[in-house]
Amino acid sequence: MAIELRNVTKRVGGETHIYPTDLALEQGCFNVLLGTTLSGKTTLLRLMAGLEKPSTGEVWFKGQNVTGVAVQKRNVAMVYQQFINYPNFNVYDNIASPLRVNRTAAKEIDARVRKVAELLQIAPMLQRMPAELSGGQQQRTALARALVKDAELVLLDEPLANLDYKLREEFREELPKLFLDSGATVVYATTEPAEALLLGGYTATLHQGRVTQFGPTAHIYRHPLDLISAQVFSDPPINHARIRKQGGSFYYSDSVHWDVGGYRSLADGDYVIGFRPHHIGLTPVGGTTVKVIGSVVVTEISGSESVIHARVNEDTWVSLSPGIHPLKRGDEVQLHVQVDKCFYFDAEHRLIPRQDI
Amino acid sequence: MKNFKWLSPTLYILFLMLPIYWLVSMSFKTTNEILGSFTLWPQEFTLSNYITIFTDPTWYNGYFNSLTYVMVNTLFSVSVALPAAYAFSRYRFLGDKHLFFWLLTNRMAPPAVFALPFFQLYSAIGLFDTPVAVALAHCLFNIPLAVWILEGFMSGVPKELDETAYVDGYGFWHFFVKIFLPTIAAGIGVVMFFCFMFSWVELLLAKTLTSVAAKPIAATMTRTASTSGYELGLLAAAGTLTIIPGAFVIWFVRNHIAKGFALGRV
Repeated sequence: MAIELRNVTKRVGGETHIYPTDLALEQGCFNVLLGTTLSGKTTLLRLMAGLEKPSTGEVWFKGQNVTGVAVQKRNVAMVYQQFINYPNFNVYDNIASPLRVNRTAAKEIDARVRKVAELLQIAPMLQRMPAELSGGQQQRTALARALVKDAELVLLDEPLANLDYKLREEFREELPKLFLDSGATVVYATTEPAEALLLGGYTATLHQGRVTQFGPTAHIYRHPLDLISAQVFSDPPINHARIRKQGGSFYYSDSVHWDVGGYRSLADGDYVIGFRPHHIGLTPVGGTTVKVIGSVVVTEISGSESVIHARVNEDTWVSLSPGIHPLKRGDEVQLHVQVDKCFYFDAEHRLIPRQDI
Repeated sequence: MKNFKWLSPTLYILFLMLPIYWLVSMSFKTTNEILGSFTLWPQEFTLSNYITIFTDPTWYNGYFNSLTYVMVNTLFSVSVALPAAYAFSRYRFLGDKHLFFWLLTNRMAPPAVFALPFFQLYSAIGLFDTPVAVALAHCLFNIPLAVWILEGFMSGVPKELDETAYVDGYGFWHFFVKIFLPTIAAGIGVVMFFCFMFSWVELLLAKTLTSVAAKPIAATMTRTASTSGYELGLLAAAGTLTIIPGAFVIWFVRNHIAKGFALGRV
């Protein structure tokens, strides 16, 4: 357990930013905080850094209570979404600054700065000022400053959000290598589920100031605890629908129903299913599928895939289908839902474990 | 038409420069030449006006007094406004917005309003006729302006810069002096310019709050015209010398001020 939040809350004025939270992050790996804007990711990072004090509860780091310890005294590093560098220092001095503050020997500073600059491919820019660099290079400088410190805890607050698509891909590949080699515990806040999956490690899903689930990333993706966690960890958003179990079948409507399969022992009543956009398509695939008729609301085509928003009864669902389907608003479509890939939730939106496995 | 593009800016600049030229040219003339004939440049070139100013203590003390209170005022205003502006830009506290606006209302009254209370107060506590008296009086106008301008510049610096420095291990003062002040250097330049300019050209308070020992140059100039007849050449020389510090300050902050007008709250 590198960093641990014990029953931490944060209130500012009359508003609650973080509801009581217990979270113990894994040491020496990537911990992703996944959630939409205002879900509390940044507040959690600031609490972990010591930039803010929790209203109640304690922050523990490596078995020590660090709740009241000033940020300067903790060995942490932080990188923000905005490219934050000291504008009056050149790149070299920017990277060297945390080492200079804690009075490292000049020779060692030089060696470490050059090594980190080499790793982050900014060695040729060491003499430039931050304002003379491109966005990507500015963020590399900020990352270098975080890396050179050998901090035990590295907090990255959506560091790639302001970068363009190509650079983002490049960084996503580099980041885990860079920081994990240093043995640091990394906490990475992001709004993008794809980023969490790419970075691996552990993921905590956040929603409106609460941690809804925490665990290994792939596990969280496959076994969301509840509908909210599933929604946070899905892009395009996960589809959901109210269904009814009666006897041996689930009913979406009178004409759309399917065999309960592994959920035979469930009581009759109302349930909710959630299914990801790639589990509803224009063509039937293997497994158990049911066919629904919908009308197209809008279609977005992204090269090789089509995102079709369709209205089915009272619900609007999103389908991610391979191929290009130039459907127009109002067109009637047949959609095939892979009901064996669905998540089944009870009336309180908690996941019902499969019973046949 | 194409070849006459230079014409209107040239005319405009000539129009602006004419009074300054006339002043400088007069300063090298004798009073007799100024009064006696119309000449475009000095016929009898003389430096005697300048020599008088640099040798007569009633003249050069005027410059000395003015520069003293202007510099005291500028330094004091900036050093007081920096922490105030930082507080307004970084912290929320009860009544912060009202207090911030109230600061500006101090500039809404003309200086003449405050001449009497200042005169009475400073006479009572023995500050009358000292450069400090004028410097303090000018603070009433300069500090609010300085706080407003600096707050604009400071709010342009993301709070994350402060936090990054703390995370890196900087203490507050270390960060403030080494990173924050250089970051808002343009703002400080702009503020010094405005403080200097207000204090340098303000006449009413400066004249009211001094008599002999701390008389500013502008007051010396007005008095000379009435006591010893028309010494126009001498006055012109004094005027020329009065322009120089202002020109020097503008030259000094010219890069900052262009950025300042573009960025901040000027």
